[in-house]
Amino acid sequence: MPTTPRQYLRRRIREYIFRRLKRVPGPVTIRRQRIYIVPSRFGYLFGLMVFLMLLGSMNYSNSMGFALTFLLTGLGLVAMHHTHRNLLNLSVRSGRHAPVFAGQNAEFQLVLDNPAATHRYAVAVSFAEAADDATLLDVPAHGSALSRLSIHAPARGLLSSPAFRVHTEYPMGLFHAWTWIELDMQCVVYPRPADNRQQPPPAPGGDSGKPDRIGGKEDFIGLRSYQRGDASRLIHWKTLPRTGQLMVKQFADPIQHELWLDWDSLPGLETETRLSQLCRWVLDAHRAGKSYGLVLPGLRLDPASSEQHRHSCLEALALFNLPKQTA
Amino acid sequence: MTEPLANWTLFRLLACLAIVIVPHFQSLPVWASVLVSVMLVWRGLVAIFHWRMPSVWVRGTLAIAAFIALFLSYGRMNSQEAGAGLLVVMVAFKLTEMVKVRDCSLVLMLSYFILITHFLASQEIVTAVYVFGSVILVTALLLEISHPQGPLSARITLRHASVLVAQAVPLMLLMFVLFPRIPGPLWGIPHEESRGRTGLSNSMEPGSISKLGLSDEVALRVTFLDERPKPSQRYWRGPSFWTFDGKGWHPGNETQQASATRIAPEGMAIRQEIMLEPHKHNWLIALDLPVEGPPGSTHDNAHQLISDKPVLERKLYQVTSYTDYRYQPELSPDLRARALQLPGFGNKRLRELAQQWRQSEPTDRDIVNAALRMFNSEDFFYTLEPPLLSNTSGMDDFLFNTRRGFCEHYASAFTLLMRAAGIPARVVTGYQGGEYNEAGNYFIVRQSDAHAWSEVWLQGDGWVRIDPTAAVAPERIESGLAAALSEGEASTVPGSSNIYLIYQLEAYWDWTNAVWNRSILAYGPELQQRFLERFGIRDWYQMTLVLTISVVGFLAILGGILLWQARKQIADDPVVREWGRFCSILARHKLPRLPHEGPRDFAQRATRARPDLAPEITRISGLYVKLRYSDTDFDIENLRRLKHAVRRFKP
Repeated sequence: MPTTPRQYLRRRIREYIFRRLKRVPGPVTIRRQRIYIVPSRFGYLFGLMVFLMLLGSMNYSNSMGFALTFLLTGLGLVAMHHTHRNLLNLSVRSGRHAPVFAGQNAEFQLVLDNPAATHRYAVAVSFAEAADDATLLDVPAHGSALSRLSIHAPARGLLSSPAFRVHTEYPMGLFHAWTWIELDMQCVVYPRPADNRQQPPPAPGGDSGKPDRIGGKEDFIGLRSYQRGDASRLIHWKTLPRTGQLMVKQFADPIQHELWLDWDSLPGLETETRLSQLCRWVLDAHRAGKSYGLVLPGLRLDPASSEQHRHSCLEALALFNLPKQTA
Repeated sequence: MTEPLANWTLFRLLACLAIVIVPHFQSLPVWASVLVSVMLVWRGLVAIFHWRMPSVWVRGTLAIAAFIALFLSYGRMNSQEAGAGLLVVMVAFKLTEMVKVRDCSLVLMLSYFILITHFLASQEIVTAVYVFGSVILVTALLLEISHPQGPLSARITLRHASVLVAQAVPLMLLMFVLFPRIPGPLWGIPHEESRGRTGLSNSMEPGSISKLGLSDEVALRVTFLDERPKPSQRYWRGPSFWTFDGKGWHPGNETQQASATRIAPEGMAIRQEIMLEPHKHNWLIALDLPVEGPPGSTHDNAHQLISDKPVLERKLYQVTSYTDYRYQPELSPDLRARALQLPGFGNKRLRELAQQWRQSEPTDRDIVNAALRMFNSEDFFYTLEPPLLSNTSGMDDFLFNTRRGFCEHYASAFTLLMRAAGIPARVVTGYQGGEYNEAGNYFIVRQSDAHAWSEVWLQGDGWVRIDPTAAVAPERIESGLAAALSEGEASTVPGSSNIYLIYQLEAYWDWTNAVWNRSILAYGPELQQRFLERFGIRDWYQMTLVLTISVVGFLAILGGILLWQARKQIADDPVVREWGRFCSILARHKLPRLPHEGPRDFAQRATRARPDLAPEITRISGLYVKLRYSDTDFDIENLRRLKHAVRRFKP
């Protein structure tokens, strides 16, 4: 792809900046030496306008014209310093990064702390080089602001946040000041849940007999479509005229049977497909409020039914057999 | 920047735009002023009632129609006024497609540009205050749209804009003084359509001077560097006229080079510094009789100072004059012929009267005296509103019928009488009198001081100034126009305020204006060179060097101050400070407070994580909440307890 000199220059500058960039756990304070500043497009336009004003003032020997021209020139120069100051000494640290499923957008939370007594206006954080849609925030004096960075999570595992930019054009939009920061932020990406709900639930890993979904008797938990072999007393006749479909009532037992979700119950499938399926089962089991355990090669999580357990299981799936590339 | 425009931002923008544009309503064609106003109001209503914006076709058609109409109104597009008009209409049309915040920035930039065009029309103090005030408004709006996530309050943006502008002012001053100025126009179309200014003209007809009688516009300001002349000597020489065409006076044929005029000054030299208001002609006004003019000026045949260029800007110059002199004791035949020119028709009775004097009076000077005696003793009146005179023999009509006239009538009639009697004579126009300004120690000469008199050439004396008006109304010469007129007329003459305080204020205001004109508006290449030489800065190279160093120096200081403002600072509130200390201690132990956590939530989480610290954490957070958020009065004892607890908090 042919590159214009401008693009080439940009790339070289970026390479230079990135060479100096270190991945740090944070918090990072934005120092003077690391703030880059160039005129924005509006700034160049403003410069052109001031130059035309200067020519006009010269042509008409207009003293007040000169005065206004010089005032605007001074305003531009002063604004440059204010734009620079707007980022100076801001401190950036990493916040919570909620896990996501592969294919979703991972969200990194960033906290901007302002240790100074000056309010910072319209500061933005973004990954992309030209992020017009970056949300702008104010960081009050001695205060903090929360920013969210969103990036596509294509595959399960640990997603490391790339370097991001903190930038601003306040106060006059004439200059664009920015800095690059690379915080050591990682987000757990769960496998993409399989969507074939027809897959039979996993074979029991212990000796609890049949899966408890049909075996339950006490608590009505919902309807599902009729399958061959279902007892006729479980058929929900009332919905037949409305839907034209045979529905079967489902009951769950208040005394939970232990449900084992086992890697080995899915033989002959690829690793990722297996993980996806296990992920689906974990989600279904969790939603059904069941107690479930997870068995992976070299890992066994005992049955439980808490939010924490759900996360542990999904994380185990996410990190299963990952090459240790992020040491 | 792509956010839709908030209504309040839009309203402020429209108001600001109105302020920026309004002064142009003086020069814009009426239809354009109406159009622009309607569009401003309409754009506001669109936002209020959610009307639809017009389509591209409607906008385009209207815009083209407006530009054609502008062209028809101005006749051409390359003049200053047409340019400003185009700019204003352009901005108005930009409003019809302004929906995004980004569109505003362009409108605001054009607003800055419109502001500078005001200075083409006027550079008075009032205009400058208006324009620089508007700069703050435009800048405040620029701040507002640079913060598109939610409009900032007008108070904040105005304060910030004022701070920015105030910080830019020193840079402006440095650049104003030090930026190398170059003379003259760059592309040379500047002034051909200067606004019509009242003032002396290059011909004199009855009424041409009396119409100035009511104008309080300043013609010139004069500072005497030595002694000032007596009131009766304060004649300011302007253009002279040689040729009478039966009705009015004209300069006559000026093609031949002024012959070397011989002046024999007698008495003291009077040096003056004059600030002349622009009048579009070449002449330079100075005290009669100007002998040494500024560089680049010459004298014409009537010893009028002539500049090489028309005076289109205020001009500051020094002249040396003499009130006692002997001027051109020998008259060349050519000039004598011109000074005796009379049309061969009309004003028969005037000629007869002159001939009669020629017979009865022994010398030329006696004839002059006879004429003055006639004006003085017979019932001639001095008035701003003389009756109309007959077309063919106007001067006969004046001398023998109406006998009411202003100075041009008397000067004209007297000069004709002299010529008819064979005495070389010419009409001189200029100003007479002037008002002393104590505040600035200078004289203001206004258009209402415009005057006309005669010069006659007498054997042995050369040209002698004769003012026939002085014979009719001596008060005019001694005390000014208002004193010489009847009471009813006098009240219409400007500058005759009776209230002392107002008079004083006017004097100070005029002085301020004079300083403004002399030192700021006239600051061009010459003044810059003269001023900077005092500091040893002599050429462009040095100017640029000093300018660069001082601007960089100022910005370094400003940068330092801003750096200092952005430094890490512990909050001033001791309660907040103690709480911050406590939080940072916990943060060191892997328990940082999350930004969304209030003190209670944080304390709960911390006690769960470190049950061993629970009593201290609960105590400290409890004290903090009480000190910070409780309605009861601030308890100094609690603060002491908090300090103590934080100091002893060592997990």
